[in-house]
Amino acid sequence: MSVVELATLQVSKTVDARGTSCPGPILAAKKGIVDVKVGEIMMVLATDSGTKKDLPAWAKKMGHDYLGVLEEGGIFKLYVKRLK
Amino acid sequence: MDTTKKTIILFSGDLDKALAAFIIANGAAAMGDDVTMFFTFWGLNVLRKSVAPPHKKSFLQGMFGGMMPKGPGKLGLSKMNFAGVGPKLMRRVMRQQNVSSLEELIATAREQGIKMIACKMSMDVLGLSEDELIDGLDYVGVATYLGEADEAGVNLFI
Repeated sequence: MSVVELATLQVSKTVDARGTSCPGPILAAKKGIVDVKVGEIMMVLATDSGTKKDLPAWAKKMGHDYLGVLEEGGIFKLYVKRLK
Repeated sequence: MDTTKKTIILFSGDLDKALAAFIIANGAAAMGDDVTMFFTFWGLNVLRKSVAPPHKKSFLQGMFGGMMPKGPGKLGLSKMNFAGVGPKLMRRVMRQQNVSSLEELIATAREQGIKMIACKMSMDVLGLSEDELIDGLDYVGVATYLGEADEAGVNLFI
């Protein structure tokens, strides 16, 4: 997805994992995804740069669709679409 | 979801190795895996309560009990322990880097339903009884662990 597409996504749940380190962001994603309906999008906020690689791996394993990441001033916004 | 299983043996009672084991275990559980952690020998010290009821032990078991660390807060580092200063420095750096403490990781492991099993044989050798360890453990032999490992795609010895 392009930066513009990511920035205009309709997010139904935001999970704030800023300030946490591995494995904090994926723990937060696991807790957050249950509040998202299938087909809807969760945004994970993180400051740990390893999350850029970890969240796609988490989404793949869990069977969800990782859409991409936006970076703003050291904060990563990562988008995941719940598929099941 | 593609649930698989992972087993981790924690043999070591070093703070750094216990941290690695619990970070991997929590990560796997967050990815939907069933995780079983098998604690044996020095790894049992990670599960010790800091204060436990007194027990009648043999002389050698009493020595083990007195000299081994009582719980996660008392563990040393496998490298650069510096007679106990190393772990304090490590904990400080980890706080600065927002890394969860070992105590927090153990609590998270329990929240996530990670199965923790303790080797009864090494408990007997080291003179550790069930009420000296944290609650919610299963006390097992090697066959239980091997049965779990047979079902797992990944097995780590730490």
